[in-house]
Amino acid sequence: MIGVVRFLGTNCDQDIWKAVESSGKTPSWLWYQDQFNYKDYESIIIPGGFSYGDYVRTGALAAKTPVMDSVREAAKYGVPIMGICNGFQILCESGLLPGVLVKNNNLRFIDKWVELKGENSCESWGGKMQSCNLPIAHGEGCFFTHEEELKQIEDQQQVWLRYKENPNGSLNDIAGVMNKEKNVAGLMPHPERALFDWMGGSDGAKFF
Amino acid sequence: MILVGVKIMPRKEVLDSQGRATMKTLGHHEIALNDCRVGKYVELKFDKETKEEALSKSKEIAELILFNPLVETFELEVKEL
Repeated sequence: MIGVVRFLGTNCDQDIWKAVESSGKTPSWLWYQDQFNYKDYESIIIPGGFSYGDYVRTGALAAKTPVMDSVREAAKYGVPIMGICNGFQILCESGLLPGVLVKNNNLRFIDKWVELKGENSCESWGGKMQSCNLPIAHGEGCFFTHEEELKQIEDQQQVWLRYKENPNGSLNDIAGVMNKEKNVAGLMPHPERALFDWMGGSDGAKFF
Repeated sequence: MILVGVKIMPRKEVLDSQGRATMKTLGHHEIALNDCRVGKYVELKFDKETKEEALSKSKEIAELILFNPLVETFELEVKEL
Protein backbone atom coordinates (compact mmCIF):
# COMPACT_ATOMS: atom_id res chain seq x y z
CA MET A 1 0.00 0.00 0.00
CA ILE A 2 1.26 3.48 -0.94
CA GLY A 3 0.31 6.29 1.42
CA VAL A 4 -0.73 9.53 -0.30
CA VAL A 5 -0.62 12.42 2.16
CA ARG A 6 -3.18 15.21 1.96
CA PHE A 7 -3.14 18.58 3.69
CA LEU A 8 -5.55 21.50 3.49
CA GLY A 9 -4.64 22.96 0.11
CA THR A 10 -3.05 19.87 -1.48
CA ASN A 11 -4.29 19.76 -5.08
CA CYS A 12 -2.29 17.13 -6.96
CA ASP A 13 -3.65 14.29 -4.81
CA GLN A 14 -6.01 12.81 -7.41
CA ASP A 15 -3.23 12.81 -10.03
CA ILE A 16 -0.93 10.93 -7.66
CA TRP A 17 -3.71 8.46 -6.85
CA LYS A 18 -4.15 7.71 -10.57
CA ALA A 19 -0.38 7.53 -11.12
CA VAL A 20 -0.02 4.96 -8.31
CA GLU A 21 -2.98 2.97 -9.64
CA SER A 22 -1.61 2.98 -13.17
CA SER A 23 1.68 1.58 -11.87
CA GLY A 24 -0.30 -1.39 -10.54
CA LYS A 25 -0.02 -0.45 -6.85
CA THR A 26 -2.68 0.38 -4.28
CA PRO A 27 -2.90 3.97 -3.03
CA SER A 28 -4.36 4.91 0.33
CA TRP A 29 -5.14 8.40 1.65
CA LEU A 30 -3.37 9.81 4.68
CA TRP A 31 -5.00 12.91 6.20
CA TYR A 32 -2.83 15.59 7.83
CA GLN A 33 -4.27 14.81 11.26
CA ASP A 34 -3.56 11.07 10.94
CA GLN A 35 -0.76 9.21 12.60
CA PHE A 36 0.13 5.86 11.09
CA ASN A 37 2.29 2.79 11.57
CA TYR A 38 5.14 2.87 9.06
CA LYS A 39 4.94 -0.94 8.76
CA ASP A 40 1.57 -0.61 6.99
CA TYR A 41 3.04 1.29 4.01
CA GLU A 42 5.55 0.22 1.38
CA SER A 43 6.12 3.87 0.52
CA ILE A 44 4.70 7.37 1.04
CA ILE A 45 4.10 10.14 -1.51
CA ILE A 46 3.49 13.80 -0.61
CA PRO A 47 1.74 15.44 -3.59
CA GLY A 48 1.98 19.04 -4.72
CA GLY A 49 -0.38 21.92 -4.17
CA PHE A 50 -0.57 24.88 -1.83
CA SER A 51 -0.76 23.41 1.66
CA TYR A 52 -2.06 26.03 4.12
CA GLY A 53 -2.18 28.52 1.25
CA ASP A 54 1.63 28.78 1.47
CA TYR A 55 1.19 30.77 4.72
CA VAL A 56 4.36 31.66 6.68
CA ARG A 57 6.62 29.89 4.13
CA THR A 58 5.79 27.22 1.55
CA GLY A 59 5.44 23.91 3.37
CA ALA A 60 6.24 25.37 6.81
CA LEU A 61 2.89 24.68 8.49
CA ALA A 62 2.32 21.30 6.81
CA ALA A 63 5.76 20.22 8.06
CA LYS A 64 4.55 20.50 11.67
CA THR A 65 1.36 18.43 11.39
CA PRO A 66 0.72 15.06 13.12
CA VAL A 67 1.01 13.08 9.88
CA MET A 68 4.53 14.43 9.36
CA ASP A 69 5.59 13.04 12.77
CA SER A 70 4.68 9.62 11.37
CA VAL A 71 6.41 10.39 8.06
CA ARG A 72 9.57 11.29 10.01
CA GLU A 73 9.30 8.01 11.90
CA ALA A 74 8.79 6.09 8.62
CA ALA A 75 11.83 7.84 7.10
CA LYS A 76 13.93 6.74 10.07
CA TYR A 77 13.02 3.11 9.37
CA GLY A 78 13.90 3.36 5.68
CA VAL A 79 10.41 3.63 4.17
CA PRO A 80 10.74 5.30 0.72
CA ILE A 81 9.23 8.79 0.74
CA MET A 82 8.81 11.10 -2.26
CA GLY A 83 7.68 14.72 -2.17
CA ILE A 84 6.64 16.44 -5.38
CA CYS A 85 6.60 20.24 -5.74
CA ASN A 86 4.86 21.42 -2.54
CA GLY A 87 5.62 17.94 -1.18
CA PHE A 88 9.32 18.65 -1.78
CA GLN A 89 8.97 22.00 0.01
CA ILE A 90 7.29 20.23 2.95
CA LEU A 91 10.09 17.63 3.18
CA CYS A 92 12.71 20.42 3.26
CA GLU A 93 10.79 22.33 5.93
CA SER A 94 10.36 19.18 8.00
CA GLY A 95 14.12 18.61 8.03
CA LEU A 96 13.91 15.32 6.10
CA LEU A 97 15.65 16.86 3.10
CA PRO A 98 18.39 19.50 3.07
CA GLY A 99 17.89 23.04 1.80
CA VAL A 100 14.84 25.16 1.19
CA LEU A 101 12.83 26.26 -1.87
CA VAL A 102 12.58 30.02 -2.29
CA LYS A 103 10.96 32.30 -4.86
CA ASN A 104 12.03 31.78 -8.48
CA ASN A 105 14.76 34.27 -9.34
CA ASN A 106 12.64 35.83 -12.11
CA LEU A 107 9.87 36.36 -9.48
CA ARG A 108 7.35 34.60 -11.71
CA PHE A 109 5.26 31.46 -11.45
CA ILE A 110 6.77 29.17 -14.08
CA ASP A 111 4.61 26.61 -15.85
CA LYS A 112 6.37 24.72 -18.63
CA TRP A 113 8.09 21.50 -19.68
CA VAL A 114 11.75 21.14 -18.73
CA GLU A 115 14.55 18.77 -19.63
CA LEU A 116 16.19 17.01 -16.71
CA LYS A 117 19.31 14.98 -16.23
CA GLY A 118 19.42 12.15 -13.70
CA GLU A 119 22.46 12.76 -11.52
CA ASN A 120 22.54 10.11 -8.80
CA SER A 121 20.34 7.05 -8.71
CA CYS A 122 17.42 6.85 -6.26
CA GLU A 123 16.68 3.14 -5.99
CA SER A 124 13.38 3.75 -4.18
CA TRP A 125 11.92 5.92 -6.93
CA GLY A 126 12.78 4.63 -10.38
CA GLY A 127 16.50 3.91 -10.11
CA LYS A 128 18.97 5.62 -12.41
CA MET A 129 17.25 8.26 -14.50
CA GLN A 130 18.79 9.21 -17.81
CA SER A 131 17.43 12.41 -19.24
CA CYS A 132 13.71 13.04 -18.99
CA ASN A 133 11.11 15.67 -19.87
CA LEU A 134 8.69 16.70 -17.16
CA PRO A 135 6.43 19.69 -16.52
CA ILE A 136 7.13 22.20 -13.75
CA ALA A 137 4.56 24.55 -12.21
CA HIS A 138 5.82 26.58 -9.28
CA GLY A 139 6.47 30.03 -7.90
CA GLU A 140 8.91 28.91 -5.20
CA GLY A 141 11.17 26.33 -6.80
CA CYS A 142 14.58 27.91 -6.43
CA PHE A 143 16.66 25.45 -4.43
CA PHE A 144 18.81 27.25 -1.86
CA THR A 145 21.11 26.34 0.99
CA HIS A 146 24.34 27.59 2.51
CA GLU A 147 27.66 26.82 0.86
CA GLU A 148 28.71 24.18 3.35
CA GLU A 149 25.51 22.17 3.01
CA LEU A 150 25.57 22.47 -0.78
CA LYS A 151 29.05 20.99 -0.80
CA GLN A 152 27.86 18.19 1.47
CA ILE A 153 24.89 17.45 -0.84
CA GLU A 154 27.24 17.19 -3.81
CA ASP A 155 29.93 15.20 -1.97
CA GLN A 156 27.43 12.72 -0.58
CA GLN A 157 25.84 12.29 -4.02
CA GLN A 158 22.46 13.50 -2.85
CA VAL A 159 21.60 15.38 -6.04
CA TRP A 160 18.87 13.35 -7.73
CA LEU A 161 17.95 15.49 -10.75
CA ARG A 162 19.34 18.61 -12.41
CA TYR A 163 17.75 20.99 -14.90
CA LYS A 164 19.53 21.02 -18.24
CA GLU A 165 18.51 24.67 -18.51
CA ASN A 166 17.97 26.27 -15.11
CA PRO A 167 14.47 27.86 -15.08
CA ASN A 168 14.33 29.30 -11.55
CA GLY A 169 17.81 30.08 -10.21
CA SER A 170 18.25 26.83 -8.24
CA LEU A 171 21.78 26.40 -6.93
CA ASN A 172 23.80 23.96 -9.05
CA ASP A 173 20.71 23.51 -11.30
CA ILE A 174 19.19 21.23 -8.65
CA ALA A 175 15.66 20.00 -9.48
CA GLY A 176 15.56 17.13 -6.99
CA VAL A 177 17.54 15.96 -3.95
CA MET A 178 17.69 12.94 -1.64
CA ASN A 179 18.58 12.50 2.00
CA LYS A 180 21.89 10.90 2.88
CA GLU A 181 20.29 7.47 3.20
CA LYS A 182 18.58 7.93 -0.24
CA ASN A 183 15.14 6.75 0.94
CA VAL A 184 13.68 10.27 1.05
CA ALA A 185 13.58 12.20 -2.21
CA GLY A 186 12.00 15.43 -3.40
CA LEU A 187 11.62 17.05 -6.80
CA MET A 188 10.00 20.20 -8.15
CA PRO A 189 8.85 18.75 -11.53
CA HIS A 190 5.58 16.79 -11.69
CA PRO A 191 6.09 13.19 -12.90
CA GLU A 192 2.39 12.47 -12.29
CA ARG A 193 1.54 14.93 -15.07
CA ALA A 194 3.60 12.99 -17.62
CA LEU A 195 2.42 9.38 -17.49
CA PHE A 196 1.16 8.80 -21.04
CA ASP A 197 1.99 10.22 -24.45
CA TRP A 198 -1.41 11.95 -24.65
CA MET A 199 -0.32 14.03 -21.62
CA GLY A 200 2.57 15.38 -23.64
CA GLY A 201 5.11 12.79 -22.55
CA SER A 202 5.42 9.60 -20.54
CA ASP A 203 8.77 10.03 -18.78
CA GLY A 204 7.01 10.48 -15.42
CA ALA A 205 5.77 6.89 -15.36
CA LYS A 206 9.14 5.51 -14.28
CA PHE A 207 8.98 7.48 -11.02
CA PHE A 208 6.07 5.38 -9.75
CA MET B 1 -0.19 40.54 29.80
CA ILE B 2 2.97 40.33 27.78
CA LEU B 3 3.19 40.89 24.07
CA VAL B 4 6.21 39.62 22.20
CA GLY B 5 6.92 40.88 18.71
CA VAL B 6 8.87 38.59 16.39
CA LYS B 7 10.59 40.41 13.55
CA ILE B 8 11.62 38.07 10.72
CA MET B 9 13.88 39.36 7.96
CA PRO B 10 15.34 37.72 4.86
CA ARG B 11 19.08 37.11 5.12
CA LYS B 12 21.28 39.57 3.26
CA GLU B 13 22.67 36.88 0.94
CA VAL B 14 19.17 35.76 -0.12
CA LEU B 15 17.31 37.53 -2.90
CA ASP B 16 14.50 39.46 -1.20
CA SER B 17 12.00 39.47 -4.04
CA GLN B 18 9.41 41.57 -2.17
CA GLY B 19 12.01 44.16 -1.27
CA ARG B 20 13.30 44.27 -4.84
CA ALA B 21 9.81 44.67 -6.29
CA THR B 22 8.94 47.40 -3.76
CA MET B 23 12.14 49.29 -4.49
CA LYS B 24 11.52 49.06 -8.22
CA THR B 25 8.00 50.46 -7.82
CA LEU B 26 9.31 53.28 -5.62
CA GLY B 27 11.77 53.98 -8.43
CA HIS B 28 8.81 54.60 -10.77
CA HIS B 29 7.80 57.36 -8.30
CA GLU B 30 11.30 58.76 -8.51
CA ILE B 31 12.07 57.72 -4.96
CA ALA B 32 15.61 56.41 -4.99
CA LEU B 33 16.77 54.15 -2.17
CA ASN B 34 19.98 52.40 -1.30
CA ASP B 35 18.08 49.25 -0.30
CA CYS B 36 14.63 48.07 0.69
CA ARG B 37 13.99 44.80 2.49
CA VAL B 38 10.62 43.28 3.34
CA GLY B 39 10.14 40.92 6.27
CA LYS B 40 7.35 39.78 8.58
CA TYR B 41 6.18 40.82 12.01
CA VAL B 42 4.35 38.38 14.29
CA GLU B 43 2.72 39.33 17.60
CA LEU B 44 2.44 36.70 20.32
CA LYS B 45 0.33 37.45 23.41
CA PHE B 46 0.90 35.69 26.73
CA ASP B 47 -1.56 35.85 29.66
CA LYS B 48 0.24 34.42 32.67
CA GLU B 49 3.89 34.10 31.74
CA THR B 50 6.65 36.26 33.20
CA LYS B 51 8.69 38.32 30.77
CA GLU B 52 11.45 35.69 30.76
CA GLU B 53 9.01 32.82 30.19
CA ALA B 54 7.28 34.70 27.37
CA LEU B 55 10.62 35.37 25.71
CA SER B 56 11.79 31.81 25.94
CA LYS B 57 8.46 30.47 24.61
CA SER B 58 8.56 32.96 21.75
CA LYS B 59 12.05 31.84 20.82
CA GLU B 60 10.81 28.26 20.80
CA ILE B 61 7.84 29.21 18.57
CA ALA B 62 10.07 31.17 16.19
CA GLU B 63 12.43 28.25 15.84
CA LEU B 64 9.63 25.71 15.45
CA ILE B 65 7.65 27.49 12.74
CA LEU B 66 8.12 31.21 12.22
CA PHE B 67 11.56 31.37 10.64
CA ASN B 68 13.88 29.21 8.54
CA PRO B 69 17.52 29.78 9.51
CA LEU B 70 18.72 29.05 5.96
CA VAL B 71 17.03 32.13 4.55
CA GLU B 72 15.86 34.28 7.48
CA THR B 73 16.88 35.82 10.79
CA PHE B 74 14.62 36.84 13.68
CA GLU B 75 14.62 39.27 16.58
CA LEU B 76 12.32 39.41 19.60
CA GLU B 77 10.98 42.48 21.35
CA VAL B 78 8.87 42.56 24.51
CA LYS B 79 6.07 44.93 25.40
CA GLU B 80 4.39 44.69 28.79
CA LEU B 81 0.70 45.52 28.60
